[in-house]
Amino acid sequence: MLLVALGIGVLAVIVSAILGPKKRGSRTKLMAYESGNDPEHGGVGTGQRFPVHFYLVAMLFIVFDIETAFFYPLAVAYQKLVPFAFFEALTFVLLLLVGYVYVLKKKVLEWA
Amino acid sequence: MPDWLIALLITLLKAVLVTLALLTTFAYMTLVERRLLGRMQLRPGPNRVGPMGLLQPAADAIKSIFKEDLNVTLADRLVYTLAPIVAIGMALTAFGGIPAGPAGSLFGADPWVYNLDAGILALLALTSMGVYGIFLGGWASGSKYPILGGLRSSAQMISYELGMGLSILGLLMLVGTTSFQGIVGWQAGNGWLILFQSLGFALFLISSFAETNRTPFDLPEAEQEIVAGYLTEYSAIKWALFQMAEYVNMITASAIMSTLFFGGWKGPQFLNGLIPGISDWPIVWLVAKIAFFLFLFIWVRATLPRLRYDQLMRFGWKLLLPLALANTMLTAAFLAFRGQGGLWFLAILSLAGLVALLIMSDRVRVLWNTPTIRREDDSMRPALPRPTGGD
Repeated sequence: MLLVALGIGVLAVIVSAILGPKKRGSRTKLMAYESGNDPEHGGVGTGQRFPVHFYLVAMLFIVFDIETAFFYPLAVAYQKLVPFAFFEALTFVLLLLVGYVYVLKKKVLEWA
Repeated sequence: MPDWLIALLITLLKAVLVTLALLTTFAYMTLVERRLLGRMQLRPGPNRVGPMGLLQPAADAIKSIFKEDLNVTLADRLVYTLAPIVAIGMALTAFGGIPAGPAGSLFGADPWVYNLDAGILALLALTSMGVYGIFLGGWASGSKYPILGGLRSSAQMISYELGMGLSILGLLMLVGTTSFQGIVGWQAGNGWLILFQSLGFALFLISSFAETNRTPFDLPEAEQEIVAGYLTEYSAIKWALFQMAEYVNMITASAIMSTLFFGGWKGPQFLNGLIPGISDWPIVWLVAKIAFFLFLFIWVRATLPRLRYDQLMRFGWKLLLPLALANTMLTAAFLAFRGQGGLWFLAILSLAGLVALLIMSDRVRVLWNTPTIRREDDSMRPALPRPTGGD
């Protein structure tokens, strides 16, 4: 399935590259979009930084996704383990909630 | 021919069939969306190319194939070309695991392309791989708007993927398996899971809107804010591939929701009383349910305004995530202490949670002091001279 799906994508790109008009683009045509300004002198990409928030969100995602990953086996086997598993899960979630509340209090999730 | 070769060929054939079916659905989905948006805004929508505009998708496809394939100067050529392929590849592959009927019901073959015991996990993994396509596409364009759009989309998609993964944990606890066939089978015996997991379903629905970058969460491609986001520097078929990936993801999300919460390919059992066997027309039911969700996607697009970025992240992290955890623990507590009580109790609990979500989404906004301008609030408007006389 993956092969077929990727194949469709590759095929489409190749067919389009063959069928489309092949004019050499002028400099302005191949310029990045910038509302008519020259982006190379407008400071795009080159050294421009973006907010650290995105890193923080990504890191939080890793932490909580690991939590989710731990939860899946528990969820599938849950009915065989009750009621003991409930307290285990509760402990786990409470531990994570401490971290979550800490993150909230540090205002990591505030987007000014 | 040896057996494995035959099996391989059949799988390959099914893969090609599913892919072609998805691409056709995508093409007509764009038409249906435009027509429906037209209807909702009291205008006809495209109706000139072919009868009822039915050839519009073909015209669009031919146009995008014959357009010039631009490579922007600042772009990273390799990644710039690969990104749309990754996006569409992952989107198409994700659909292959959805079962469209019981084993062997497709002319003796199984009506799915691949069947994994960890079906849901594979599906979540594949959909999250789609983030790579979008983000790399944005990055490789070497321009300001695509980078912004790519960053926004990756942050948004991973945030809501978390909510998505957590909101089905309660469901998995009830069912006790991650294979789609098992889930459909459970629902055939006990009733649709939306009854028992209505809160989980609401959370899943919201996160799948965000996962597929649809309104009200389509910030990565917010035309009015950052041009076209990660799509800005793309043209011709590469652009079309990204669009395709978005729509295929929508179809897949609809299929997942139908399978997980609405009984999958099984219809409601009570209809069997009217026409015997009607609830076992596998593909018909699945398609009908998918169509319903696709309609919902379009309907919501026509109805709701887009969220601001901080609202989006706040919703994802401060409401969706805790509620999904709460839903999980609620289900866990029920299963641990029910004493063989009926599932209807869980249904009521979950419904109460859903009502709480609805109330909270309004209350929390007040608590968070998001300024909302109400329509009747005239103090925000400049004083207009009152019209005099002539009532």
